[in-house]
Amino acid sequence: MNILEVNHLNIHDIHIGEPIVKDISFDLQQGQCLAIVGESGSGKSVTCRSIMKLNPSSLQQSGSIVFQGIDLNTLTDQQMRKRRGKQIGMIMQNGMSAFDPSCVIGTHLRETLGQHYGWNRSKIDERMHIAMHSVMLNHPDRLMNRYPHELSGGMLQRIMIALTLVLEPDILIADEPTTALDMLSQQEVMAQFIRLRHTLGCSMIFISHDLGAVRHIADHILIMKDGKVIERGETEQLFTAPRQEYTRDLLSARFALDNHFRQLMERKEG
Amino acid sequence: MLQVQNIEKSYRTGGLWKKQSQQVLRSVSFTCKEGECLGIIGESGSGKSTLGRLILGIDQPDQGAILFYGQSVEQRKVRRGMISAVFQDYTSSINPFYTVEQAIREPLEQEGQSRMEQSRRIDELLEQVGLSLDYRSKYPHELSGGEAQRVCIARAVSTRPRYLVLDEAISSLDVRIQVQVLHLLQELKSVYGMGYIFITHDIQAAAYMCERMIIFQKGQIVETIDTARLSDVQSDYGRTLLSAAIAR
Repeated sequence: MNILEVNHLNIHDIHIGEPIVKDISFDLQQGQCLAIVGESGSGKSVTCRSIMKLNPSSLQQSGSIVFQGIDLNTLTDQQMRKRRGKQIGMIMQNGMSAFDPSCVIGTHLRETLGQHYGWNRSKIDERMHIAMHSVMLNHPDRLMNRYPHELSGGMLQRIMIALTLVLEPDILIADEPTTALDMLSQQEVMAQFIRLRHTLGCSMIFISHDLGAVRHIADHILIMKDGKVIERGETEQLFTAPRQEYTRDLLSARFALDNHFRQLMERKEG
Repeated sequence: MLQVQNIEKSYRTGGLWKKQSQQVLRSVSFTCKEGECLGIIGESGSGKSTLGRLILGIDQPDQGAILFYGQSVEQRKVRRGMISAVFQDYTSSINPFYTVEQAIREPLEQEGQSRMEQSRRIDELLEQVGLSLDYRSKYPHELSGGEAQRVCIARAVSTRPRYLVLDEAISSLDVRIQVQVLHLLQELKSVYGMGYIFITHDIQAAAYMCERMIIFQKGQIVETIDTARLSDVQSDYGRTLLSAAIAR
């Protein structure tokens, strides 16, 4: 069953009068993970924000986005607000700017959960503690009283994942969640995402500019370039037999580095 | 020759009334030979960027000294035109009111060259970093990440420095562009013969660029190793980093 269908989505910037996203269609099945891969400026983030209806009004969109049988374009702002977070969750690239810098993390979490579930403070804290422990954040009490700038990028990213665990969305959109992290935290966060999929069984849209990073998590991959989908297919198929020149470029992007590194590491064993 | 001798650095934390300090660097010492590419590898928050700032002389250590051919980098005339930097955040590295030409001209003006010589040098630099001369009149917001980073590199090498500090210079670029910029840096090294201090969390990129690497954790040097012998890493932390890189 398709949980999300995007048909002929066009997004157009009225200030510069140029199209940003050109006639994109894709669908997402229940429990599946779709990766959208492209370089900066290819329109992948704009596409995802249009699903959340978070694009500024200077971007005009046409085409339909059908989520669980309802066209999101027909919803009012209030109806949409109820769905954001609760039904369609989003994890941002930069934890530092995703949280309100003027209040502690706890305030933000309580506001979000209070809005969607109407729980009281103690219930929220109890649920958040369980979720935070499961993403390996110790001392949740202390963390709830910290400001975003006091925490590292990896921790903020895990707090966002913990919040998502409590909200249990039907679709989770992750917009380059590991790009701003260093290599060790990247691995940890990816492991959390794979777990999240297993525990919640939710569908996922995973955006990245690094084709290598999505290999372990995605079932299907869309390759975007200049606002168009230039190639799509199942993950393994795309990795073994890419059809487009551009996809091959993306695949071999880090090849020189990987290869050199591997040679260095094998020198000892040999 | 760049010598870092027993550096200690701490920052004040804990608000207006509380006096707390957090030690960021603990007795760090190393040398970077002329023309050497030295990698400094560590996680975010390990203090590697602070170290970069100290080497550039834009921040002073609490204790210890950083010597550039025997003189302290704290003196501006010692480091002027001799040590430069490329940072991670290319959007905020160029004055938004400057064109590419003005941005590259700024350090050249300090050198006291004539206007003609400056212009010729700007053309030469743009060509070296692989940008066409049409870019002279562009503003930073018109550039892509890779292009902006190339302008930053052109500006950094304009005064023919002896050392270049690259603080996560490729980390926020697209993977395809990362490799291009690495190749550019290698080319420039063969032209200018300067030393690189390559600060990054990306051990693969560092292995590609550097002859020697310093593994950095919690403000201390855990291990220094030649890249050719990278697989013989002794420390536990070094092994963790390597296995994370292999798993990619």
